[in-house]
Amino acid sequence: MKDVREALMVGRNTEGKLVRRPLSPHLQVYKPQLSSVTSVFHRGTGIALGAGALLLTAWLVSAAAGDAAFSVVRALLASWIGLLVLVGFTLALFYHFCNGIRHLFWDSVRGFELEATHRNGRMVIAGAVVLTVVFWFVGFLVW
Amino acid sequence: MSNENTPSVHIMRSQLGRARGLGAAKSGQHHWWSQRVTAMALLPLSLYFVLSVLMLAGADRAQMAAYIGEPWNTVLFLCLIAALFSHLSLGLQVVVEDYVRNDAKRIITLLVLKGGIAVLALACAVSVLKLAF
Repeated sequence: MKDVREALMVGRNTEGKLVRRPLSPHLQVYKPQLSSVTSVFHRGTGIALGAGALLLTAWLVSAAAGDAAFSVVRALLASWIGLLVLVGFTLALFYHFCNGIRHLFWDSVRGFELEATHRNGRMVIAGAVVLTVVFWFVGFLVW
Repeated sequence: MSNENTPSVHIMRSQLGRARGLGAAKSGQHHWWSQRVTAMALLPLSLYFVLSVLMLAGADRAQMAAYIGEPWNTVLFLCLIAALFSHLSLGLQVVVEDYVRNDAKRIITLLVLKGGIAVLALACAVSVLKLAF
């Protein structure tokens, strides 16, 4: 082998012979846990919010383009499918927001104990749901 | 003595180079910090954005232009666009680097992705400025 990444997977056994190290099992063999699921969700919602950025662009560009373009985007967003998509994006945004705070908290080298990760993981999910509900409640009040 | 089960290693790279661990990317620290700094900037900015969206619910184009035309709103929207699209660029870069192992495919994907995100960011910024002025 010539690839350094593969060379890191080579070690010597007790007889001094070069052997390939065993690989640890991949993600799909593990039972889903709060720690892994919140992590996967963070990446998933991040990618989804990339699509949300396209929507933000459509909203701003159409407003700058003129009344005709803006009324099309506005009608699309106010349709039931548009509202459903927006509910999804707000949930993704609030989840990524809350779990992002959790990540910044971890970056300060705190909250790594299993009990703490489970507690703040539950807080993140609850926070995202509550913020989404509050957002749409206020949204329908002011609309 | 070459055996199918006995791997042999031929690598030009020195052990020192391996230990330094910088690899072909030369640096990872700047990316890591940029991601955190833009994340911190987005905490207040995304809340501001959410409140703006609530205030603009059902607004027509003139009302939206009036809102974005307020100097502080223009500034905050431009800050939001800068932080959001750079955070998006850094985040999607990591996703591509994790899953696309082929060098050519990875580099092309990253160029298209980062170029596309830069175009989107500029389109948003110019639209905000056009609404404001």
